[in-house]
Amino acid sequence: MVSNLIKNKISTLLKVQYSTMMEYRVEIALWAISGIIPFFMLNIWTNNNLNESINISNIMLSRYFLCAFFVRQFSVVWVVFSFEEDSLLGKVSPYLIQPLNPFFRYFAQHLAEQITRFPFALVIAFFFFIFNPESIWIPNLGSLFLGIISTFLSFLIQFLIQSIIACLCFWTEKASSIERLLFIPTLFLSGLLAPVVSFPEYVKSWIYLTPFPYLIDFPANLLSGNPINVIGGFIMQILWIILFFPLFRKIWTTGTKKYTAMGS
Amino acid sequence: MNFKKYLKVYKKFLHTSLASELEYKTNILIDLITAILSLIGSIFLLSIFFQNNTSIGGWGFEQSLIIQGIYTVLNGITNTWFNPNLTEIVKHIREGTLDFVLLKPIDSQFFISLKKIAPSGFLEIILGFCLLIYCIKINQINLNLTFFTLCLITIICSICILYSIWFFISTTTIWFIKTWNATEVLRSFLYIGRFPLNSFSFSLRVFFSVFIPIAFITTIPSEVFLGISQLWKILLEVIVALVFLLTSRKFWLFALKFYSSASS
Repeated sequence: MVSNLIKNKISTLLKVQYSTMMEYRVEIALWAISGIIPFFMLNIWTNNNLNESINISNIMLSRYFLCAFFVRQFSVVWVVFSFEEDSLLGKVSPYLIQPLNPFFRYFAQHLAEQITRFPFALVIAFFFFIFNPESIWIPNLGSLFLGIISTFLSFLIQFLIQSIIACLCFWTEKASSIERLLFIPTLFLSGLLAPVVSFPEYVKSWIYLTPFPYLIDFPANLLSGNPINVIGGFIMQILWIILFFPLFRKIWTTGTKKYTAMGS
Repeated sequence: MNFKKYLKVYKKFLHTSLASELEYKTNILIDLITAILSLIGSIFLLSIFFQNNTSIGGWGFEQSLIIQGIYTVLNGITNTWFNPNLTEIVKHIREGTLDFVLLKPIDSQFFISLKKIAPSGFLEIILGFCLLIYCIKINQINLNLTFFTLCLITIICSICILYSIWFFISTTTIWFIKTWNATEVLRSFLYIGRFPLNSFSFSLRVFFSVFIPIAFITTIPSEVFLGISQLWKILLEVIVALVFLLTSRKFWLFALKFYSSASS
Protein backbone atom coordinates (compact mmCIF):
# COMPACT_ATOMS: atom_id res chain seq x y z
CA MET A 1 0.00 0.00 0.00
CA VAL A 2 2.62 2.48 1.12
CA SER A 3 5.10 1.34 -1.48
CA ASN A 4 2.43 1.62 -4.15
CA LEU A 5 1.76 5.19 -3.14
CA ILE A 6 5.42 6.05 -3.31
CA LYS A 7 5.67 4.38 -6.69
CA ASN A 8 2.73 6.40 -7.96
CA LYS A 9 4.17 9.65 -6.69
CA ILE A 10 7.57 8.97 -8.14
CA SER A 11 6.31 7.96 -11.56
CA THR A 12 4.02 11.01 -11.71
CA LEU A 13 6.83 13.33 -10.67
CA LEU A 14 9.14 11.80 -13.24
CA LYS A 15 6.58 12.12 -16.02
CA VAL A 16 5.86 15.76 -15.19
CA GLN A 17 9.51 16.68 -14.95
CA TYR A 18 10.38 14.81 -18.12
CA SER A 19 7.82 16.72 -20.14
CA THR A 20 9.10 20.01 -18.68
CA MET A 21 12.64 19.07 -19.60
CA MET A 22 11.65 18.18 -23.15
CA GLU A 23 10.54 21.80 -23.54
CA TYR A 24 14.13 22.91 -23.00
CA ARG A 25 15.93 20.58 -25.40
CA VAL A 26 18.24 23.25 -26.81
CA GLU A 27 19.23 24.37 -23.36
CA ILE A 28 20.07 20.84 -22.31
CA ALA A 29 22.06 20.34 -25.50
CA LEU A 30 24.08 23.43 -24.61
CA TRP A 31 24.64 22.09 -21.09
CA ALA A 32 25.91 18.88 -22.60
CA ILE A 33 28.34 20.79 -24.82
CA SER A 34 29.62 22.84 -21.90
CA GLY A 35 30.87 19.62 -20.34
CA ILE A 36 33.49 18.89 -22.98
CA ILE A 37 36.45 20.11 -20.91
CA PRO A 38 37.73 16.52 -20.39
CA PHE A 39 38.33 16.30 -24.16
CA PHE A 40 40.50 19.41 -24.13
CA MET A 41 42.44 17.93 -21.23
CA LEU A 42 42.87 14.69 -23.17
CA ASN A 43 44.31 16.74 -26.01
CA ILE A 44 46.93 18.28 -23.72
CA TRP A 45 47.80 14.88 -22.23
CA THR A 46 48.28 13.01 -25.47
CA ASN A 47 49.74 15.88 -27.46
CA ASN A 48 52.59 16.31 -24.97
CA ASN A 49 53.04 12.60 -24.23
CA LEU A 50 52.36 13.30 -20.58
CA ASN A 51 50.75 9.89 -20.15
CA GLU A 52 53.98 7.97 -20.70
CA SER A 53 55.11 8.72 -17.19
CA ILE A 54 51.96 7.28 -15.60
CA ASN A 55 51.90 4.13 -17.74
CA ILE A 56 48.57 4.64 -19.44
CA SER A 57 48.45 4.20 -23.19
CA ASN A 58 46.92 6.89 -25.39
CA ILE A 59 43.94 4.69 -26.13
CA MET A 60 43.21 3.87 -22.51
CA LEU A 61 43.57 7.53 -21.57
CA SER A 62 41.17 8.65 -24.28
CA ARG A 63 38.65 6.06 -23.09
CA TYR A 64 39.16 7.27 -19.55
CA PHE A 65 38.42 10.89 -20.48
CA LEU A 66 35.42 9.90 -22.59
CA CYS A 67 34.01 7.99 -19.62
CA ALA A 68 34.83 10.92 -17.33
CA PHE A 69 32.76 13.07 -19.68
CA PHE A 70 29.87 10.62 -19.46
CA VAL A 71 30.05 10.25 -15.70
CA ARG A 72 30.07 14.02 -15.33
CA GLN A 73 27.09 14.35 -17.67
CA PHE A 74 25.05 12.00 -15.51
CA SER A 75 26.15 13.23 -12.12
CA VAL A 76 25.74 16.97 -12.56
CA VAL A 77 23.69 18.38 -9.69
CA TRP A 78 22.26 21.87 -9.38
CA VAL A 79 19.78 21.46 -6.57
CA VAL A 80 21.34 24.35 -4.59
CA PHE A 81 20.56 26.81 -7.35
CA SER A 82 16.97 25.58 -7.78
CA PHE A 83 16.32 25.52 -4.06
CA GLU A 84 17.90 28.92 -3.48
CA GLU A 85 15.71 30.49 -6.15
CA ASP A 86 12.58 28.77 -4.84
CA SER A 87 13.28 29.80 -1.28
CA LEU A 88 14.07 33.41 -2.22
CA LEU A 89 10.83 33.63 -4.20
CA GLY A 90 8.86 31.99 -1.39
CA LYS A 91 7.96 28.96 -3.50
CA VAL A 92 9.13 26.60 -0.79
CA SER A 93 6.10 27.35 1.40
CA PRO A 94 3.53 25.53 -0.77
CA TYR A 95 5.95 22.64 -1.19
CA LEU A 96 6.24 22.28 2.55
CA ILE A 97 2.49 21.81 2.95
CA GLN A 98 2.44 18.90 0.52
CA PRO A 99 2.90 15.44 2.01
CA LEU A 100 6.12 14.96 0.08
CA ASN A 101 9.62 16.13 0.80
CA PRO A 102 10.36 18.83 -1.80
CA PHE A 103 13.73 17.24 -2.46
CA PHE A 104 11.91 14.38 -4.21
CA ARG A 105 10.75 16.97 -6.67
CA TYR A 106 14.31 18.11 -7.34
CA PHE A 107 15.48 14.53 -7.48
CA ALA A 108 12.92 13.73 -10.17
CA GLN A 109 13.94 16.89 -11.98
CA HIS A 110 17.55 15.72 -12.12
CA LEU A 111 16.65 12.22 -13.27
CA ALA A 112 14.38 13.59 -15.99
CA GLU A 113 17.11 15.92 -17.16
CA GLN A 114 19.56 13.04 -17.38
CA ILE A 115 17.16 11.09 -19.59
CA THR A 116 16.76 14.12 -21.86
CA ARG A 117 20.49 14.65 -21.90
CA PHE A 118 21.35 11.09 -22.87
CA PRO A 119 20.91 11.41 -26.67
CA PHE A 120 22.99 14.60 -26.78
CA ALA A 121 25.78 12.94 -24.85
CA LEU A 122 25.67 10.06 -27.33
CA VAL A 123 26.00 12.50 -30.24
CA ILE A 124 29.05 14.09 -28.62
CA ALA A 125 30.54 10.63 -28.05
CA PHE A 126 29.88 9.82 -31.71
CA PHE A 127 31.88 12.88 -32.80
CA PHE A 128 34.59 11.92 -30.35
CA PHE A 129 34.93 8.53 -32.04
CA ILE A 130 35.07 10.14 -35.48
CA PHE A 131 38.12 12.09 -34.35
CA ASN A 132 39.60 9.21 -32.35
CA PRO A 133 38.57 6.06 -34.26
CA GLU A 134 41.26 3.96 -32.59
CA SER A 135 39.67 4.34 -29.16
CA ILE A 136 36.37 2.66 -30.07
CA TRP A 137 35.62 -0.21 -27.75
CA ILE A 138 32.66 -2.17 -26.50
CA PRO A 139 32.72 -2.42 -22.72
CA ASN A 140 31.74 -5.84 -21.40
CA LEU A 141 28.32 -6.02 -19.83
CA GLY A 142 29.62 -6.55 -16.31
CA SER A 143 31.78 -3.42 -16.22
CA LEU A 144 29.08 -1.42 -17.99
CA PHE A 145 26.57 -2.49 -15.34
CA LEU A 146 28.95 -1.73 -12.46
CA GLY A 147 29.94 1.56 -14.11
CA ILE A 148 26.32 2.69 -14.37
CA ILE A 149 25.68 1.78 -10.74
CA SER A 150 28.75 3.64 -9.53
CA THR A 151 27.80 6.67 -11.67
CA PHE A 152 24.41 6.66 -10.01
CA LEU A 153 26.02 6.38 -6.56
CA SER A 154 28.30 9.28 -7.47
CA PHE A 155 25.21 11.26 -8.44
CA LEU A 156 23.62 10.36 -5.09
CA ILE A 157 26.68 11.53 -3.14
CA GLN A 158 26.72 14.85 -4.97
CA PHE A 159 22.98 15.22 -4.62
CA LEU A 160 23.20 14.68 -0.86
CA ILE A 161 26.12 17.10 -0.43
CA GLN A 162 24.30 19.78 -2.41
CA SER A 163 21.04 19.17 -0.59
CA ILE A 164 22.85 19.70 2.70
CA ILE A 165 24.25 22.97 1.38
CA ALA A 166 20.84 23.89 -0.03
CA CYS A 167 19.34 23.52 3.44
CA LEU A 168 21.71 26.25 4.60
CA CYS A 169 19.36 28.54 2.65
CA PHE A 170 17.17 28.42 5.75
CA TRP A 171 19.88 30.33 7.63
CA THR A 172 21.56 32.41 4.93
CA GLU A 173 19.93 33.64 1.75
CA LYS A 174 22.75 32.83 -0.61
CA ALA A 175 23.94 29.27 -0.18
CA SER A 176 25.11 29.01 -3.77
CA SER A 177 28.43 30.70 -2.99
CA ILE A 178 29.24 27.85 -0.60
CA GLU A 179 28.46 25.45 -3.42
CA ARG A 180 30.80 27.34 -5.75
CA LEU A 181 33.50 27.04 -3.08
CA LEU A 182 32.98 23.30 -2.81
CA PHE A 183 32.98 22.96 -6.58
CA ILE A 184 36.67 23.90 -6.77
CA PRO A 185 38.04 20.80 -4.97
CA THR A 186 35.46 18.70 -6.85
CA LEU A 187 36.77 20.05 -10.14
CA PHE A 188 40.44 19.49 -9.44
CA LEU A 189 40.40 16.37 -7.27
CA SER A 190 37.63 14.28 -8.79
CA GLY A 191 39.62 13.21 -11.82
CA LEU A 192 37.74 15.30 -14.37
CA LEU A 193 40.87 17.15 -15.50
CA ALA A 194 43.52 14.55 -14.73
CA PRO A 195 43.15 10.92 -13.65
CA VAL A 196 43.79 10.46 -9.94
CA VAL A 197 46.57 7.95 -10.70
CA SER A 198 48.64 10.82 -12.06
CA PHE A 199 48.46 12.84 -8.85
CA PRO A 200 51.69 13.28 -6.88
CA GLU A 201 52.27 10.92 -3.95
CA TYR A 202 51.65 13.52 -1.25
CA VAL A 203 48.08 13.94 -2.56
CA LYS A 204 47.44 10.29 -3.37
CA SER A 205 48.16 9.31 0.24
CA TRP A 206 44.99 10.97 1.55
CA ILE A 207 42.80 11.57 -1.49
CA TYR A 208 41.19 8.11 -1.42
CA LEU A 209 39.76 8.84 2.01
CA THR A 210 37.82 11.86 0.70
CA PRO A 211 34.65 11.53 -1.41
CA PHE A 212 36.22 13.26 -4.43
CA PRO A 213 37.85 10.40 -6.38
CA TYR A 214 34.62 8.40 -6.16
CA LEU A 215 32.69 11.11 -7.98
CA ILE A 216 34.33 10.77 -11.39
CA ASP A 217 37.60 8.89 -11.30
CA PHE A 218 36.21 5.63 -9.87
CA PRO A 219 33.16 5.27 -12.18
CA ALA A 220 35.18 6.42 -15.21
CA ASN A 221 37.90 3.83 -14.56
CA LEU A 222 35.27 1.14 -14.11
CA LEU A 223 33.55 2.03 -17.37
CA SER A 224 36.72 2.41 -19.41
CA GLY A 225 38.22 -0.81 -18.12
CA ASN A 226 41.25 0.71 -16.42
CA PRO A 227 42.51 -1.15 -13.34
CA ILE A 228 40.77 -0.07 -10.15
CA ASN A 229 39.88 -1.52 -6.76
CA VAL A 230 36.21 -2.27 -7.45
CA ILE A 231 35.05 -3.48 -4.04
CA GLY A 232 36.93 -0.79 -2.13
CA GLY A 233 35.46 1.90 -4.37
CA PHE A 234 31.88 0.73 -3.90
CA ILE A 235 32.36 0.43 -0.14
CA MET A 236 33.63 4.02 0.03
CA GLN A 237 30.78 5.31 -2.12
CA ILE A 238 28.16 3.62 0.04
CA LEU A 239 29.95 4.72 3.20
CA TRP A 240 29.78 8.37 2.15
CA ILE A 241 26.10 8.02 1.32
CA ILE A 242 25.42 6.45 4.73
CA LEU A 243 27.32 9.31 6.32
CA PHE A 244 25.64 12.15 4.43
CA PHE A 245 22.06 10.90 4.53
CA PRO A 246 21.40 11.30 8.31
CA LEU A 247 23.20 14.63 8.15
CA PHE A 248 20.78 15.78 5.49
CA ARG A 249 17.78 14.52 7.49
CA LYS A 250 19.01 16.36 10.56
CA ILE A 251 19.69 19.66 8.81
CA TRP A 252 16.36 19.41 6.97
CA THR A 253 14.29 18.95 10.14
CA THR A 254 16.13 21.72 11.99
CA GLY A 255 15.93 23.97 8.94
CA THR A 256 12.21 23.59 8.34
CA LYS A 257 11.55 24.45 11.97
CA LYS A 258 13.52 27.63 11.52
CA TYR A 259 11.90 28.47 8.18
CA THR A 260 9.90 31.65 7.98
CA ALA A 261 8.34 32.32 4.62
CA MET A 262 9.28 35.48 2.76
CA GLY A 263 7.05 38.36 3.76
CA SER A 264 5.64 36.82 6.87
CA MET B 1 30.63 67.34 -22.72
CA ASN B 2 29.43 63.88 -23.54
CA PHE B 3 32.37 62.05 -22.00
CA LYS B 4 31.89 63.86 -18.71
CA LYS B 5 28.26 62.84 -18.60
CA TYR B 6 29.15 59.18 -19.07
CA LEU B 7 31.81 59.39 -16.39
CA LYS B 8 29.31 60.89 -13.99
CA VAL B 9 26.74 58.22 -14.77
CA TYR B 10 29.33 55.51 -14.30
CA LYS B 11 30.20 56.87 -10.86
CA LYS B 12 26.54 56.51 -9.92
CA PHE B 13 26.49 52.93 -11.25
CA LEU B 14 29.51 52.09 -9.13
CA HIS B 15 27.99 53.58 -6.05
CA THR B 16 24.64 51.79 -6.30
CA SER B 17 25.95 48.37 -7.25
CA LEU B 18 28.71 48.41 -4.62
CA ALA B 19 26.19 49.37 -1.99
CA SER B 20 23.91 46.48 -2.89
CA GLU B 21 26.73 43.94 -3.17
CA LEU B 22 28.23 44.84 0.19
CA GLU B 23 24.97 43.71 1.77
CA TYR B 24 26.30 40.17 1.48
CA LYS B 25 29.59 40.44 3.35
CA THR B 26 30.05 36.75 4.16
CA ASN B 27 29.53 36.01 0.50
CA ILE B 28 32.49 38.16 -0.39
CA LEU B 29 34.62 36.29 2.13
CA ILE B 30 33.55 32.93 0.69
CA ASP B 31 34.27 34.20 -2.81
CA LEU B 32 37.75 35.22 -1.68
CA ILE B 33 38.45 31.68 -0.44
CA THR B 34 37.01 30.30 -3.67
CA ALA B 35 39.32 32.49 -5.77
CA ILE B 36 42.39 31.43 -3.77
CA LEU B 37 41.47 27.73 -3.91
CA SER B 38 40.80 27.96 -7.61
CA LEU B 39 44.25 29.43 -8.23
CA ILE B 40 45.87 26.76 -6.05
CA GLY B 41 43.91 24.11 -7.96
CA SER B 42 45.10 25.30 -11.35
CA ILE B 43 48.71 25.49 -10.19
CA PHE B 44 48.29 21.97 -8.80
CA LEU B 45 47.02 20.79 -12.20
CA LEU B 46 49.98 22.46 -13.91
CA SER B 47 52.36 20.77 -11.48
CA ILE B 48 50.87 17.40 -12.47
CA PHE B 49 51.62 18.19 -16.10
CA PHE B 50 55.18 19.10 -15.23
CA GLN B 51 55.83 16.19 -12.90
CA ASN B 52 57.95 14.31 -15.40
CA ASN B 53 58.16 16.86 -18.18
CA THR B 54 60.21 19.99 -18.44
CA SER B 55 57.97 21.69 -20.97
CA ILE B 56 54.55 21.46 -22.55
CA GLY B 57 54.19 23.06 -25.96
CA GLY B 58 57.58 24.69 -25.50
CA TRP B 59 56.59 26.42 -22.25
CA GLY B 60 58.39 25.69 -19.00
CA PHE B 61 56.62 25.64 -15.63
CA GLU B 62 57.72 29.16 -14.67
CA GLN B 63 56.55 30.49 -18.01
CA SER B 64 53.22 28.71 -17.83
CA LEU B 65 52.63 30.45 -14.52
CA ILE B 66 52.52 33.73 -16.45
CA ILE B 67 49.62 32.41 -18.55
CA GLN B 68 47.96 31.32 -15.32
CA GLY B 69 48.44 34.84 -13.91
CA ILE B 70 47.05 36.59 -16.96
CA TYR B 71 44.14 34.17 -17.09
CA THR B 72 43.37 34.90 -13.43
CA VAL B 73 43.40 38.66 -14.02
CA LEU B 74 41.13 38.33 -17.06
CA ASN B 75 38.84 35.91 -15.26
CA GLY B 76 38.59 38.41 -12.42
CA ILE B 77 37.62 41.12 -14.89
CA THR B 78 35.03 38.80 -16.42
CA ASN B 79 33.57 38.06 -13.01
CA THR B 80 33.57 41.72 -11.97
CA TRP B 81 32.07 43.30 -15.06
CA PHE B 82 31.05 41.00 -17.89
CA ASN B 83 29.33 38.20 -16.04
CA PRO B 84 26.97 40.21 -13.82
CA ASN B 85 26.00 42.63 -16.59
CA LEU B 86 25.77 40.47 -19.65
CA THR B 87 23.78 37.71 -17.98
CA GLU B 88 21.37 40.49 -17.07
CA ILE B 89 20.68 41.13 -20.77
CA VAL B 90 18.92 37.78 -20.91
CA LYS B 91 16.66 38.87 -18.08
CA HIS B 92 16.03 42.29 -19.65
CA ILE B 93 14.90 40.71 -22.89
CA ARG B 94 12.80 37.94 -21.38
CA GLU B 95 10.96 40.25 -19.04
CA GLY B 96 10.74 43.13 -21.49
CA THR B 97 12.59 45.55 -19.21
CA LEU B 98 14.95 46.37 -22.07
CA ASP B 99 12.29 48.92 -23.02
CA PHE B 100 13.29 51.03 -20.02
CA VAL B 101 16.94 50.85 -20.98
CA LEU B 102 16.25 51.89 -24.56
CA LEU B 103 14.14 54.84 -23.43
CA LYS B 104 16.92 56.34 -21.33
CA PRO B 105 18.83 59.27 -22.88
CA ILE B 106 22.04 57.29 -22.75
CA ASP B 107 23.76 54.75 -24.96
CA SER B 108 22.06 51.38 -24.41
CA GLN B 109 25.24 49.34 -24.84
CA PHE B 110 27.02 51.49 -22.26
CA PHE B 111 24.14 51.07 -19.84
CA ILE B 112 23.75 47.31 -20.05
CA SER B 113 27.49 46.61 -20.14
CA LEU B 114 28.51 48.61 -17.11
CA LYS B 115 25.46 48.88 -14.88
CA LYS B 116 26.54 46.31 -12.31
CA ILE B 117 29.75 45.37 -10.61
CA ALA B 118 30.64 42.34 -8.52
CA PRO B 119 33.40 43.33 -6.10
CA SER B 120 34.45 39.75 -5.36
CA GLY B 121 36.11 39.63 -8.77
CA PHE B 122 38.58 42.30 -7.59
CA LEU B 123 40.22 39.74 -5.35
CA GLU B 124 40.90 37.54 -8.33
CA ILE B 125 42.42 40.46 -10.22
CA ILE B 126 44.68 41.21 -7.25
CA LEU B 127 45.66 37.53 -6.94
CA GLY B 128 46.48 37.45 -10.64
CA PHE B 129 48.70 40.51 -10.35
CA CYS B 130 50.48 39.03 -7.33
CA LEU B 131 51.22 35.90 -9.37
CA LEU B 132 52.46 38.05 -12.25
CA ILE B 133 54.81 39.99 -9.94
CA TYR B 134 56.13 36.67 -8.65
CA CYS B 135 56.61 35.56 -12.26
CA ILE B 136 58.61 38.69 -13.04
CA LYS B 137 60.91 37.67 -10.20
CA ILE B 138 61.39 34.03 -11.09
CA ASN B 139 61.68 34.62 -14.83
CA GLN B 140 64.09 37.55 -14.32
CA ILE B 141 62.25 39.89 -16.61
CA ASN B 142 63.76 43.31 -17.26
CA LEU B 143 61.34 46.05 -16.42
CA ASN B 144 61.36 49.02 -18.73
CA LEU B 145 58.94 51.41 -20.33
CA THR B 146 58.43 49.50 -23.59
CA PHE B 147 57.71 46.35 -21.59
CA PHE B 148 54.99 48.12 -19.63
CA THR B 149 53.39 49.81 -22.63
CA LEU B 150 53.35 46.63 -24.70
CA CYS B 151 51.93 44.63 -21.80
CA LEU B 152 49.28 47.23 -21.21
CA ILE B 153 48.32 47.37 -24.90
CA THR B 154 48.01 43.61 -25.29
CA ILE B 155 46.10 43.15 -22.06
CA ILE B 156 43.69 45.94 -22.97
CA CYS B 157 43.20 44.28 -26.36
CA SER B 158 42.53 40.94 -24.63
CA ILE B 159 39.91 42.59 -22.45
CA CYS B 160 38.28 44.11 -25.54
CA ILE B 161 38.18 40.75 -27.34
CA LEU B 162 36.82 39.01 -24.28
CA TYR B 163 34.16 41.67 -23.81
CA SER B 164 33.15 41.50 -27.46
CA ILE B 165 32.71 37.72 -27.38
CA TRP B 166 30.59 37.90 -24.24
CA PHE B 167 28.56 40.78 -25.58
CA PHE B 168 28.11 39.09 -28.94
CA ILE B 169 26.71 35.91 -27.39
CA SER B 170 24.48 37.84 -25.01
CA THR B 171 23.11 39.88 -27.91
CA THR B 172 21.88 36.74 -29.65
CA THR B 173 19.31 36.55 -26.83
CA ILE B 174 17.19 38.97 -28.86
CA TRP B 175 16.44 36.10 -31.25
CA PHE B 176 16.78 33.05 -29.04
CA ILE B 177 15.40 34.47 -25.75
CA LYS B 178 17.29 32.01 -23.56
CA THR B 179 21.01 31.98 -24.19
CA TRP B 180 22.08 31.81 -20.59
CA ASN B 181 23.53 28.40 -21.32
CA ALA B 182 25.44 29.63 -24.33
CA THR B 183 27.54 31.76 -21.98
CA GLU B 184 28.18 28.60 -20.00
CA VAL B 185 29.54 26.94 -23.14
CA LEU B 186 31.72 29.98 -23.72
CA ARG B 187 32.98 29.71 -20.15
CA SER B 188 34.07 26.12 -20.63
CA PHE B 189 35.87 27.08 -23.86
CA LEU B 190 37.60 29.98 -22.16
CA TYR B 191 38.97 27.48 -19.66
CA ILE B 192 41.47 26.55 -22.37
CA GLY B 193 43.04 29.97 -21.93
CA ARG B 194 44.82 28.62 -18.85
CA PHE B 195 47.21 26.63 -20.97
CA PRO B 196 49.67 27.62 -23.68
CA LEU B 197 48.11 27.33 -27.11
CA ASN B 198 51.05 25.29 -28.40
CA SER B 199 50.22 22.45 -26.07
CA PHE B 200 47.16 21.56 -28.13
CA SER B 201 46.99 19.62 -31.35
CA PHE B 202 47.04 21.52 -34.64
CA SER B 203 43.31 21.34 -35.34
CA LEU B 204 42.36 22.65 -31.89
CA ARG B 205 44.97 25.39 -32.26
CA VAL B 206 43.36 26.56 -35.48
CA PHE B 207 39.91 26.39 -33.88
CA PHE B 208 41.04 28.47 -30.92
CA SER B 209 42.72 31.11 -33.02
CA VAL B 210 40.06 31.56 -35.68
CA PHE B 211 36.64 30.84 -34.21
CA ILE B 212 37.15 31.68 -30.58
CA PRO B 213 40.35 33.72 -30.41
CA ILE B 214 41.49 32.41 -27.06
CA ALA B 215 44.99 32.39 -28.50
CA PHE B 216 44.90 36.16 -28.63
CA ILE B 217 43.44 36.50 -25.19
CA THR B 218 46.10 34.87 -23.03
CA THR B 219 48.95 33.48 -25.13
CA ILE B 220 50.04 36.69 -26.88
CA PRO B 221 50.05 38.83 -23.70
CA SER B 222 52.09 36.11 -22.01
CA GLU B 223 54.58 36.08 -24.87
CA VAL B 224 54.86 39.85 -24.63
CA PHE B 225 55.40 39.42 -20.91
CA LEU B 226 58.30 37.09 -21.59
CA GLY B 227 59.64 39.39 -24.29
CA ILE B 228 59.51 36.72 -26.98
CA SER B 229 56.59 38.03 -29.00
CA GLN B 230 57.08 39.29 -32.54
CA LEU B 231 55.79 42.70 -33.49
CA TRP B 232 53.36 41.36 -36.11
CA LYS B 233 51.57 39.32 -33.46
CA ILE B 234 51.01 42.39 -31.32
CA LEU B 235 49.77 44.35 -34.32
CA LEU B 236 47.50 41.47 -35.27
CA GLU B 237 46.06 41.41 -31.78
CA VAL B 238 45.31 45.14 -31.92
CA ILE B 239 43.58 44.70 -35.28
CA VAL B 240 41.59 41.68 -34.05
CA ALA B 241 40.51 43.60 -30.95
CA LEU B 242 39.35 46.57 -33.04
CA VAL B 243 37.45 44.33 -35.46
CA PHE B 244 35.77 42.49 -32.58
CA LEU B 245 34.76 45.70 -30.82
CA LEU B 246 33.36 47.29 -33.96
CA THR B 247 31.53 44.12 -34.97
CA SER B 248 29.96 43.67 -31.57
CA ARG B 249 28.79 47.28 -31.65
CA LYS B 250 27.34 46.92 -35.16
CA PHE B 251 25.75 43.62 -34.21
CA TRP B 252 24.04 45.17 -31.18
CA LEU B 253 22.59 48.00 -33.26
CA PHE B 254 21.49 45.47 -35.88
CA ALA B 255 19.92 43.17 -33.27
CA LEU B 256 17.98 46.03 -31.69
CA LYS B 257 16.00 46.35 -34.94
CA PHE B 258 14.59 42.90 -34.21
CA TYR B 259 13.71 43.60 -30.61
CA SER B 260 9.98 43.44 -30.19
CA SER B 261 9.46 43.93 -26.45
CA ALA B 262 7.66 41.39 -24.30
CA SER B 263 3.99 40.66 -24.93
CA SER B 264 3.62 43.09 -27.80
